[in-house]
Amino acid sequence: MPWHVHKTEEKRKVKKEELWVKCKKCNAHIYKVDWKKNLEVCPKCNYHGSISSWDRIGLLIDKNTFEEFNTEIIPEDSLKFNDLKGSYKDKIDETIKKVGISEAVITGSGKINGINVVIAVMDFRFFGGSLGSATGEKILRASNYAYDNNLPYIIISASGGARMQEGALSLMQMAKTCAGIARLNRKNIPYISILTNPTTGGVSASYAMMGDLNISEPGALIGFAGRRVIEQTIGEKLPDDFQTAEYLVEHGFVDAIVERRDMKSFLGNVLAYYNH
Amino acid sequence: MAKSKVKKTEEPVNKAWEIVKISRHSNRPILQDYLNLIFTNFIELHGDRYFSDDKAMIGGFAQIGKHKIMLIGHNKGKTTNENIERNFGMAKPDGYRKALRLMKLAERFNLPVITIIDTPGAFPGLEAEERGQAEAIAKNLTEMASVKVPIISIVIGEGGSGGALGIGVGNKVLMLSNAIYSVISPEGCASILWRDAKFAPDAAEALNLTADSLLKLGVIDEIIPEPGEGAHSDHKKMAENVKKAIINNIELLKNLSSEELIDSRFEKFSGIGKYSIKS
Repeated sequence: MPWHVHKTEEKRKVKKEELWVKCKKCNAHIYKVDWKKNLEVCPKCNYHGSISSWDRIGLLIDKNTFEEFNTEIIPEDSLKFNDLKGSYKDKIDETIKKVGISEAVITGSGKINGINVVIAVMDFRFFGGSLGSATGEKILRASNYAYDNNLPYIIISASGGARMQEGALSLMQMAKTCAGIARLNRKNIPYISILTNPTTGGVSASYAMMGDLNISEPGALIGFAGRRVIEQTIGEKLPDDFQTAEYLVEHGFVDAIVERRDMKSFLGNVLAYYNH
Repeated sequence: MAKSKVKKTEEPVNKAWEIVKISRHSNRPILQDYLNLIFTNFIELHGDRYFSDDKAMIGGFAQIGKHKIMLIGHNKGKTTNENIERNFGMAKPDGYRKALRLMKLAERFNLPVITIIDTPGAFPGLEAEERGQAEAIAKNLTEMASVKVPIISIVIGEGGSGGALGIGVGNKVLMLSNAIYSVISPEGCASILWRDAKFAPDAAEALNLTADSLLKLGVIDEIIPEPGEGAHSDHKKMAENVKKAIINNIELLKNLSSEELIDSRFEKFSGIGKYSIKS
């Protein structure tokens, strides 16, 4: 291929990627400005795409009220875990650089419609939102803050599950974070869990399912085992809506499905029942 | 030729994989064996009061030495038929809910809870998801944190991920020296991170799933030694070692108040994990 053709093609491709977003559900090409304006929700099919922790905090927390906790806590390659693609340590450094945050969760305090809350917001871009030691530590410390200050706790999950590269240490974060939730329960402090696409594996089997209220975004994938594993186990195809937020509402595990654009007012309304 | 032969013997054995194989040995003692060898007066209690009686998870009143306890554990089988009936020790939500019900019952009777962990994992099936496998495990993790009696958990064979942890939030967590405890099976991990399950031995090593590694990492509190080649080589001796460890730990915990038990369990689990502090 002549060099000039190659170059224009490249250029065109880059330009296209910069300007358009392809919806992962309906494959529609949406102008990026419109996609962002619509809070990363597909205007054609209402698919709720992944959204960064900071954008989520911007949507939910009153302006200039958010104070971040524990920015100093970052992942560590304590097992010296190496797989085909190299060391976990290198991947940590790369991911921090690429995503611009230092763990799969951002925690802090802030106000929702003037009501003080503690909030933990997971970010799927960071190791698939997986639950590692640092993630668990931040989530527990935030819940301890809520406990000490009698504040409602909100966790927004977006996670594929436990972080394999940390072995059983990551598994134990499930027990650790739930022990924090148990303390809130004993003190009658409300905990609201918001499950977004996806919330699976070890995260669904720990704090994400333990909300006094479990709220989900439309269409979110929520479940314990992966679809492929289940299909292999039972030897048959699963229904299309299997493990969707709607399926979980039907089976009694989620209280309500709330659209992204309505989430703040929904939370404000619920919190008003606590703070009366 | 001679050179390559020397090299081969110098190659380090993958100890983790050897242990994985021992932990899955066909003659490895299962809960049923320990029930026969060291527990007496077992009164089995059935059902979760919601949906069914899960045969992959059993429990009831039992006695060990002079101590009365609540025994709960994964129930693998010996034969293929037994394993099919008991779903290979892979519990459904009903099993986890039964376990929790029995822990609450133990509180009522002021009995220490002994949980015996031996499962490839929680059952990954349609009806398990439908009935809330994630919720059932999550609930156990949360509720176990507040249980007012001592909980002693022992991994006797396979400690498969959330399915193991679902009855594993103990004041003391013990492991047999050739048992494994992991966030994912070596095969599952290999098929994701190595793109091929045949790299399971590499994954096993990387995951640090042996009792030795987990003691160092602070995931478990104590290792129960196995006789000879492993637990399968001498069931009686193995069971004696388990009995000794259980009784020691009951003695250790029996004088703690409910509050102390709950607080120390919280302290223990909140301290698990390795992370860095950015300067």
